[in-house]
Amino acid sequence: MTKQTFRTFASVLALGASVLAGQAFAKSDIKIAMQLEPPHLDPTSAAAQAIDSVVYTNVFEGLTRFMGDGSVVPGLAESWEISDDGTVYTFKLRDGVTFHDGTVMDAEDVKFSLDRAIAEDSANAQKALFAGIESVEVVDPLTAKVTLSEPNGNFLFNMAWGDAVIVAPESIDNIKTNPVGTGAFTFGNWVQGDSITLNRNPNYWGDEPALETAAFKFISDPTAAFAAMMAEDVDVFDNFPAPENLPQFEADPRFQVLVGSTEGETILSTNNMQPPFDDIRVRQALAHAIDRKAIIDGAMFGYGTPIGTHFAPHNPAYVDLTGESAYDPEKAKELLAEAGFADGFETTLHLPPPSYARRGGEIIAAQLAEVGITAEIINVEWAQWLESVFNGKDFGLTIVSHTEPMDIGIYARPDYYFQYDSTDMQALMDTLNTTTDPEERAKLLGDAQRLISNDYVNGYLFQLAKLGVAKAGVQGLWKNAPTAAIDLTVIHWSE
Amino acid sequence: MLRYSLKRLISLILSLAVASVVIFTVIEVAPGDPATFMLGVNAQPDTLAALRAELGLDASKLQRYVDWVGGMLTGDFGTSYTYRTPVSQMIADRMWVSLPLALYALTLSTLIAFPAGIYAAARRGKPGDLAVMGATQLGIAVPNFWFAMMLVLIFAINLRWFNAGGFAGWDNGLWTGLQSLTLPAIALALPQAAILARVMRSALLDILGEDFMRTARAKGLSRRQALWRHGMRNALIPVLTIIGLQFSFLLAGSIIIEQVFYLPGLGRLVFQAISARDLIVVESVVMLLVFAVITVNFLVDLAYAAVDPRLRSRT
Repeated sequence: MTKQTFRTFASVLALGASVLAGQAFAKSDIKIAMQLEPPHLDPTSAAAQAIDSVVYTNVFEGLTRFMGDGSVVPGLAESWEISDDGTVYTFKLRDGVTFHDGTVMDAEDVKFSLDRAIAEDSANAQKALFAGIESVEVVDPLTAKVTLSEPNGNFLFNMAWGDAVIVAPESIDNIKTNPVGTGAFTFGNWVQGDSITLNRNPNYWGDEPALETAAFKFISDPTAAFAAMMAEDVDVFDNFPAPENLPQFEADPRFQVLVGSTEGETILSTNNMQPPFDDIRVRQALAHAIDRKAIIDGAMFGYGTPIGTHFAPHNPAYVDLTGESAYDPEKAKELLAEAGFADGFETTLHLPPPSYARRGGEIIAAQLAEVGITAEIINVEWAQWLESVFNGKDFGLTIVSHTEPMDIGIYARPDYYFQYDSTDMQALMDTLNTTTDPEERAKLLGDAQRLISNDYVNGYLFQLAKLGVAKAGVQGLWKNAPTAAIDLTVIHWSE
Repeated sequence: MLRYSLKRLISLILSLAVASVVIFTVIEVAPGDPATFMLGVNAQPDTLAALRAELGLDASKLQRYVDWVGGMLTGDFGTSYTYRTPVSQMIADRMWVSLPLALYALTLSTLIAFPAGIYAAARRGKPGDLAVMGATQLGIAVPNFWFAMMLVLIFAINLRWFNAGGFAGWDNGLWTGLQSLTLPAIALALPQAAILARVMRSALLDILGEDFMRTARAKGLSRRQALWRHGMRNALIPVLTIIGLQFSFLLAGSIIIEQVFYLPGLGRLVFQAISARDLIVVESVVMLLVFAVITVNFLVDLAYAAVDPRLRSRT
């Protein structure tokens, strides 16, 4: 019987080896791993970034689109005209664009998509992007006219989001499981829990992509992610979950490591309405009690850019304000004493699952303890975080990365979970929304960054890094993540 | 026998009813709204309300419980909140990974445990026995995910004989499918084999001390012959009980192994569904696993009664 067992083992092992050896390497396909699986494939009705990672620019396209460097360029709209008062956008659509099911993409589809997003029963997770749209008219099949209730300097930027892609009424019913768009790749199949396959669209209006097929695999466990890359089961890991393993990939000639930036401002979010955080001196003390470098080194293994305000450092309008809240525990203690908390106080620190929060939280709790603040760590799942912290506003402190691009506008919403109520900020954002001149906008954005930094609304920690790992031969990958996307159209293998 | 079976059946139905209430309550009471989770931080209240209505979350809890149980009785497990596909379909798909994995692991564990247990029992107190006992002690102490990582390190990363994870699917042939499941099955099987080998050994040792074994030896059988002909059959009863329990455990308990090998099985489905607050999926899968465990126990009860008539008059 023992012999039998060994024989079974041996034959299974030998078989495994022969199957692997038989696999030839094709240069027009790619296996891309990501941590989370999309719940479904409709980017216009969910917040899950995994959906955009798979379908944005690959399957679905919008009127405008993001490029890897964060710029916004024409997408399905070839060009546009903006009326002098900034309220009417006339989009000229590309000719000869068809959806994957063969139907023609025209102004009717644009009207359908935008009307669907602004409808009362719309399930769009970013409905605010479309807030100013008053009406959408079909001028002729290739011209669509969008009228806004007031000028919106961000409108073309908003239309580039995955939530604003153009969909067709003919295929909308099954969009969640069978997405039909205009992109360079068509939906192949989805083995739920395992992988999604996309195939090259032979009828694509633009340049033909180098890849023929792409498979997205879902590997959530950091150890499994490391093993899958090392065993070369996958070619690319979009956002590698274990920064501690990156030096190993960097040292290995088989791989390349791409360290870029995301739109994620990682902050120590503070409940501005909950005493003692309603006292600006206490918030300022928090800011000075935090050593950003120790957090970046300890929690992120050195990956991440320190920030002093809620704005992405790679954006031209960014102002470096880290000096305003430099690490100074003595000053923090003085400020606390001044505010009447010479002996410190107790609060809660809610930590969602990502490692930046869980690891960063331990370090922050230790740093706060040094100035006398006792932060009780409460680990929560996302669903719980959304319910108790985000909606219930029942928290003292929490760590979270705000990943939406250009989201400083949340500081103008007093009901937003950190509850910063500043009429100055609200006025600034109102002016910004109606300003279209780029220079004027940059100035206003600078003012807004300074305002929230001076008010010490939240503890500003670091910009979340995007850590990509890929086989050495993969080229064209986005280094930064201006939005959640894995743009397959620009990926190719070097010879 | 009929009365006994009927009693067992009623107890099975009661257990399931109680389980359904407990599962539903525990999962519904835990904080976290599925609609908020799906739409994220920028969702507006009217959008959330629209989605809640679409998912049927606006109905009362009692109404939803009744719908859920009623649906399950007619084979309709509802529709996943996140995936928007029928839960029964998802379970069926995942079952094609989890069930073969459990069977594969159980086969391996039996293939390892039987020879090891018999060998140790036959050499009680000798070095061979001590070696097996030491190895099984280690096997019980070390968690299966650690074995999993070691197997990946050796066979996937260094030797490159296997993929580090993932499931190739049964469409590409039986062997391709089995190959994807081999490392996970070994990782799952080792600790189970260790337990089973110890049970096998002690069951055999108990039997060896019985009177009928002495009789068998007295009538001229060698130690080995007596062990095989009379010992094994009697020792199998406790061993089969453990195997039955292990099967339930392997089916329901492979969550971590499925994570480590990123296999699209039931365990991973539950894991994803819990973090996404896909309540209906969690409830239905957990209920199904409870059903499987209770049914296995029911069948084991019946089997005992069939073997041992004394049990029928009791309870």
